[in-house]
Amino acid sequence: MPTENCRHLLHDLSDYLDGNASAEICAEIERHLADCEDCTAVVDTTRKTVHLYRKLPPPEMSAGARERLFKTLDLNEFLR
Amino acid sequence: MIDNDSSDQALIRRIQAGDKAACAACIDKYSPGVYRLALRLMQNEADAEDVMQETFISAFKSIGSFEGRSELSTWLYRIAYNAAMMRLRKYQPHTVSVEETETADDGGLVPTQLFDWCCLPERDFETAEVRAELEKAIGALPEKLRAVFVLRELEGLSTEETAQALSISSENVKTRLHRARLWLRERLSPYFTELARAQEVN
Repeated sequence: MPTENCRHLLHDLSDYLDGNASAEICAEIERHLADCEDCTAVVDTTRKTVHLYRKLPPPEMSAGARERLFKTLDLNEFLR
Repeated sequence: MIDNDSSDQALIRRIQAGDKAACAACIDKYSPGVYRLALRLMQNEADAEDVMQETFISAFKSIGSFEGRSELSTWLYRIAYNAAMMRLRKYQPHTVSVEETETADDGGLVPTQLFDWCCLPERDFETAEVRAELEKAIGALPEKLRAVFVLRELEGLSTEETAQALSISSENVKTRLHRARLWLRERLSPYFTELARAQEVN
């Protein structure tokens, strides 16, 4: 990532991926990407990273943990 | 993502009046999110459960002073975050603060992994091993980036809600989310690069 343009792109990357970058910045980024293979890889893999996390199944609490929480708070009668 | 709706106002009033059924309803609604945050901050189920218990004990004890300046969910996340941080400090009293994540320029996060692994077949990303790798990387994130990433990206809080839950500015939320994404990309890249190269060989 040697050039000043690469650093600019890196700075605006999240805004770009989230659709929050201005049209001007988007155009600038896309112009740069057309010529920079390294930045293209960074953009692609960052976008993919975000996508993978958004699809990641959330960890679930065990039934035992919920039960112990209710008992600790003296709410046994509401366990079902 | 935790839903916020006007029924929370009624729920809060009932809890303030000592209604135990309302406490149970509050737990059923918000404990899954609180638990996920605690688990991802603490990285083990036993501590996550303790943090969750502390969160609700503390919340119900102090609900009388809850003024509704934030959503109930945000307030609970805030209590959970503080409880988790107290516990982590106790385990690692000399943990270096990561305030430098705000002050350092992007020089700290210049990408070095430049192989484009994004176009692996989708099925290669949908394995238990990949999911475990993604969770492990969250656990390895610097602490303050981790809380922002979990609340903003995984729990779906807005920038403002995340800022309220963590007592930081919205600008800091945005910066930390950006840095967390770059950090995770860099961390995961060697793993996915290897996967992609193995595909090429086959």
